[in-house]
Amino acid sequence: MGITFRKETFRDDYTFRNSPDHIRRFPFPFNEDSYMYAVNIEPHVVGPKGSVLENLIDVDEHYVAEMQDRALVLAEDPLRCQSLPHMTLAGWDLLELLMEQQALGYPEHFTLERNGDRWRWINRPLGINDTFTFGDTSTLPYGPMEYITRQSQGDFCILDQRDGNLWMDAGMVTTQADWSLDFDIGMNFFEWHAPVPLAHEKGIFTRALKFLTNIQQGKPARRLNWTMTINPRLDTSPENYHKWGPDRATVTPENVGDKVHLRVELQSFWRLPRSNGIVFPIRCYLIKMDELVTQPKWARRLHRVIRDLPEELATYKGLTRYRPTLVEWLSKLDDGSPTSPGFGPD
Amino acid sequence: MSTGTTKLDVVVSDVVPVNDLVTRFHFRRRDGELLPTFSGGAHVVVEMRDGDRTRLNPYSLMGSPLDTREYTISVRRDDVGRGGSLFMHRQVKPGLEMVISYPVNLFSLDLRAKKHLMLAGGIGITPFMAQTSQLAGAGGNFELHYTCRTASLGTYADVLQQRYGNRVKLYHDDRDERIDLDRLLSSQPLGTHLYVCGPAGMINWVRDRAAALGWPSETVHFEHFAAPQPGAPFDVTLAVSGKTIGVGSQQSLLEAIEAAGVDPPYLCRGGVCGQCETNVISYDGKFIHSDHWLSEEDHRSGCKIMPCVSRFEGKSLVLER
Repeated sequence: MGITFRKETFRDDYTFRNSPDHIRRFPFPFNEDSYMYAVNIEPHVVGPKGSVLENLIDVDEHYVAEMQDRALVLAEDPLRCQSLPHMTLAGWDLLELLMEQQALGYPEHFTLERNGDRWRWINRPLGINDTFTFGDTSTLPYGPMEYITRQSQGDFCILDQRDGNLWMDAGMVTTQADWSLDFDIGMNFFEWHAPVPLAHEKGIFTRALKFLTNIQQGKPARRLNWTMTINPRLDTSPENYHKWGPDRATVTPENVGDKVHLRVELQSFWRLPRSNGIVFPIRCYLIKMDELVTQPKWARRLHRVIRDLPEELATYKGLTRYRPTLVEWLSKLDDGSPTSPGFGPD
Repeated sequence: MSTGTTKLDVVVSDVVPVNDLVTRFHFRRRDGELLPTFSGGAHVVVEMRDGDRTRLNPYSLMGSPLDTREYTISVRRDDVGRGGSLFMHRQVKPGLEMVISYPVNLFSLDLRAKKHLMLAGGIGITPFMAQTSQLAGAGGNFELHYTCRTASLGTYADVLQQRYGNRVKLYHDDRDERIDLDRLLSSQPLGTHLYVCGPAGMINWVRDRAAALGWPSETVHFEHFAAPQPGAPFDVTLAVSGKTIGVGSQQSLLEAIEAAGVDPPYLCRGGVCGQCETNVISYDGKFIHSDHWLSEEDHRSGCKIMPCVSRFEGKSLVLER
């Protein structure tokens, strides 16, 4: 059977939609009626069938459209993909990881044949069939990281580990929630997290770094993060702020359901075997309010979370301008009845 | 969440005596699949089932990271140690089924280096076997200075010289050959990273001279697994699990805690990685700290102990485990 890939856009006419089964598999990030930071890291192990955790690297109905959008972003701004000179080996590590995982999870769409260091990679959705020499950059049309991340959903940061810290030394970042690889490249873990409010005081980053530098091969970990985006725009980068920032002033009581999207990041952390680096895939899932509220539990809970969110967090996530309109709209779907425990819909 | 590693079921595929003190062991996966890829400098923890007693010792992987059909380690026999190396030498034969951990690298190459300057002492050569293979395969720039007691105890010196020619310099103690360290450290190109693995005295000497000669600390890398030392038996109370246990003279505190069914996280079991750090609730006596993880201040405070390598002498010790 396989996945039916949607033809859709994440810009201009914004034809992005979730099919009904993709609404139900949406990784809703709130397991209770309020939200505060926590080091919510857990082992990245395979989850229930039909969820986004069915495979450790998830491919969904938006795959082809997301890859087309990435190509458009890169054509306009090649600095969204950068790799410092010492990170090429880590790029090969990532290429191996993504090819293996995609071929394992979706054999009808991807095939990897390995014959020593002679590898053949078939990507049917994108019409790619390449043979190359693993480790020899001259046998690929791009560097190894760029090659494979043009064929993999989500952003990817590759972190070098040294001096007891992690360094943002390579990445492919085109679907980001308002941060810039070009700005952060070469920074360490504390430097690139400097703008996050409240979490430093709680010692969260010190503990998180200690955890991440001890991530072991074969034992990836994950966490969820979230924000909101107006219109289903993947590329909400600082570089293009002028294109999407003003959208936040366009939310009205009439268009909330169509325009406001919950944006969830499934972040995972993997030790890379040859380079001893860490790769940090940030997979973005979007869902518009009209789709989300088809699940009554999510509608009630999201209302309570957004209504009670601390002001600093609302500001950091960029919700301030349309929060009252959104809360008012959601309140009509919240009859005050209790919500069941856990993330999933009822 | 425990940060221990995943285990690998392996079979000993070969046992090769290298010289009077060192034997090499080869492992393959029991299911015939390839072993996980690793990076030069990584170690595995080998589980040794010796009667009713289990020892877990870390050993550097010394094969080429490019070949994962088998892993190889080299074990130096220590006749006065706690018996792990003797177990390996006397009881581990081809065909024996063993369990080892996934590779963990706490002695990683800094791939930004323009040049890798490596200093090895004795059995400290093993991580450099893998690192030089990795660098040579990628055209990396390295130089290895290797000190050994005698030519016949220069484990793999012949192999290394054959592979890398004059990129390998040997120093024999019995011929009074001494590395001219200050000169070596003063004559390196900018962008050189320094790696040292060997006895504690050698590591301290190299680190001190590098610091005195102005090497930035982030360019100086070292690995020294402390082997847990035997000592007088002592009793410990584990407050969280409500158990009082005895630590035998040949047993480490961590092994005794594990034998009581409590499993603190660990990676290196050599006082380096910090995973098994344990809070002390109360004590009456004196600590014998042997780790490289806690600060001197931590050692003086009496509030923390690394049970993988450190011991205790005295009347009572209560740990938060």
